[in-house]
Amino acid sequence: MKERMKQTAIRFLAACLFTAMGASPAFAQLRLTITSGVTDPIPIAIVPFSRAVPADGGLDVAQVIQRDLESTGRFKAMDRKDMVFTPTTSVEVDAAGWKQQRVDYVVVGRVSAQPDGQVRIDAELVNVLTGQRVAGPFFVGSSANLRNSAHRVADALFEKIIGVKGAFATRIAYVSVDGKPPKQTYELFVADSDGFNRTRIFSSPMPIMSPAWSPDGEWLAYVSFERRTSAVYVQHRRSGKQTMVSARAGINGAPAFSPDGKKLALTLSGSSGNLDIYLLTLATNELKRLTEDPGIDTEASFAPGDGNTIYFTSDRSGSPQVYRLTVGSTERPKRVTFQGGYNARPRVSPDGKQLAVLTQDGGSFRIGVQDLANGTVQILSKGVQEESPSFAPNGAMLIFAGRDRGHGVLQTVSIDGLTSARLDADAGEVREPVWGPFLP
Amino acid sequence: MTIFDTSIFDTRMGVQMKNFVSLSVLVATVALLSGCPTKKPDVPDTPPQPTVDNTAGVENADALAGDTTASMGPTGDLLSKRIVYFDFDRAEIRADSQSVVAAHAAYLSKNPNQKVRLEGHADERGSREYNIGLGERRGQTVRRALALQGVAEAQLSTVSYGEERPAAAGSDEQAYGLNRRVEIVYLK
Repeated sequence: MKERMKQTAIRFLAACLFTAMGASPAFAQLRLTITSGVTDPIPIAIVPFSRAVPADGGLDVAQVIQRDLESTGRFKAMDRKDMVFTPTTSVEVDAAGWKQQRVDYVVVGRVSAQPDGQVRIDAELVNVLTGQRVAGPFFVGSSANLRNSAHRVADALFEKIIGVKGAFATRIAYVSVDGKPPKQTYELFVADSDGFNRTRIFSSPMPIMSPAWSPDGEWLAYVSFERRTSAVYVQHRRSGKQTMVSARAGINGAPAFSPDGKKLALTLSGSSGNLDIYLLTLATNELKRLTEDPGIDTEASFAPGDGNTIYFTSDRSGSPQVYRLTVGSTERPKRVTFQGGYNARPRVSPDGKQLAVLTQDGGSFRIGVQDLANGTVQILSKGVQEESPSFAPNGAMLIFAGRDRGHGVLQTVSIDGLTSARLDADAGEVREPVWGPFLP
Repeated sequence: MTIFDTSIFDTRMGVQMKNFVSLSVLVATVALLSGCPTKKPDVPDTPPQPTVDNTAGVENADALAGDTTASMGPTGDLLSKRIVYFDFDRAEIRADSQSVVAAHAAYLSKNPNQKVRLEGHADERGSREYNIGLGERRGQTVRRALALQGVAEAQLSTVSYGEERPAAAGSDEQAYGLNRRVEIVYLK
C-alpha cells in the first residue's frame, strides 16, 4: 500500500520534471491504474537505460517500457531503489545476483544519438533463470517519436516473454464529454494506448458518437449531430480533412470500415424511421442495402477477411441480439447470441474466433466474450453499466467504457478476464473507446 | 487538475489517513519544487478543426437550413406539456400521455402551417447506437399518433438523440424515467 503510494509519487515527480524541463509537451491526459492483475505476476527488473542527452528529450525510456509491461497486470517490476547494480549491457548482468533478488528477467538498454539526428534504442533481455541473453530489439526513430520507439521495444519484449505481440505502440480513439446537460461539449480524441499524446480530432456542442478506425489507422469515421440531425463523417487523422459521407434523411449512424478500407457499413433509417444496415462504397458513393427488417438493425461489425461477413445488432426477435449476415447472399441473417435477454454492439476479435458484446448480466450491462465455435460466453467485466467493447489489435486485451463513482472512464481487460486497468480522464467523461490497428 | 489519483487508495484495504497525509505532503512538496501542477496541460490543437469539402448524400432540408430555433409554441394546460414519457425498452405511448398527444394533434390540425420536430431520447442503459434506434422508434410512434389524429405528414419531422442528450443527470430510476422521452419541439 505504502509502496504503491511512493511509486505513484515518484512517477508523478518524474512526470513533473519532464514537463518542467519542457521536454514532454503532451502531459498524460488519461491516467492509468491497474485494478487487478494475475495472482503470480512475472518479476522483472527494467534497469534505467543509458541516456543520450539532449537527443532523448529527457524521456526515461525504461520507465515507459516498465509502465507498458505493468499495465498488462502480468508483470511486477522491481523498484529502482532496490537495484544494487544498474548495468546497461547484458554482458554486465550478473544473472546469479539478480536471481537472489528474485527477478526472472532483467531488461537493460541504451539510448544513443545517431549521426543523422535520429535516436536509437537498444534493449537486451536476460532470462535470469536460464542465463539466456536475447539481444535486441532495437528501434531507430526521430527524437519526437522516442516514446513510440519505447512502446515498440515494450511490444517486442512482451512478445519474447509472453509469446504474443504487444499492442503498446498503438492508438486509441475515444469521445470526451464535458459540462452538464443540456450544455455539453463533445470532443473526439486520439491518444497513445497509454493515454499520452492526446490529439483532438473534432469537437462540437452537439453529440459525437461511434468513432471507428480505418484498417490502416489513417482515417476515423464517426457520427456527429453538428447539424442537429445525425451525419456520418470520415476524417483524415493527420491533415484534419473531413468528408461528410452520409447525411440522408433520418438516422445516419454506426459506421464501420470494411477490412480493405474501401467501404463503410452504416445504419440508415430513411424518413420512415426503420433502421437497417447499408454498405457504402466510399469512392463511388454507391449504396447497397444489406438488411430489410421492421426491427432495429444497427451496429455492423466486419469479421476479418474478405469483408463479406458482418455481425450486427437486431431486435427482430423482440430483444436486441447479435446476428450474422453474408454480403451478397440471399440467406436470412443468422442469430448468434442466445445467452441473456440483451446482447448488442458486437466486435469480432482479430483472429475471427471470438465475439465481444455488451450483454445484460442480471441487472447490469457488462462486457461478454462469446466463443464463436462453441457459443460459450464469458463475462469479463464487473461493473453495473459498461459498454463499447473494442479489441486490441493483438486480440489479447479489450478496451471498453465503464463507470467509476458515477463518472465515465475507460477500462481495459485481458481476454482471459484476469487483469484489468482503468484510464481516468483529468476532466469530463470519457466513453466509446476504440482501439486502433498496429502501426506500420 | 487533480493533483493525485485517488484510485491509489484501494477501497478493499481502506483509506489510511496517515499515508494520505504523508502522500499529500510529498505531493505538495513536489508541486512546490517543480511548479508542475499549476501548469494547465495543453491539448495540442493539431489537426485544425476540419472543413467540410463534400456534401454527398445530403437530403435533409431541415439540417441544411442550419439550426432551426425552436419557437415558444402554443400554451394551455395540455399544450404547455411538450414531453411524452416511455417505459424501459418500450415505444408505446402510455395512457397518461395520450391526452397530451391529442391536444397537440388538435392544435396542429387547426394550424397546418405549424411544424414540429419530434426529438426521441432513451435512458443511458444499453448500447448507444441501439438507443438511437429506440429514440427514433419513440419519435415515430408519436409521429404516427399525431398523423392518425389529423396532422399532415409535412408538419412532422423526427430526430433521435438516443442517450446522447439526457434531460436529467444521474444513474437512477428517476433520471432514467425523465430521459426516456419524446420532446415535441415547435419550430419557427
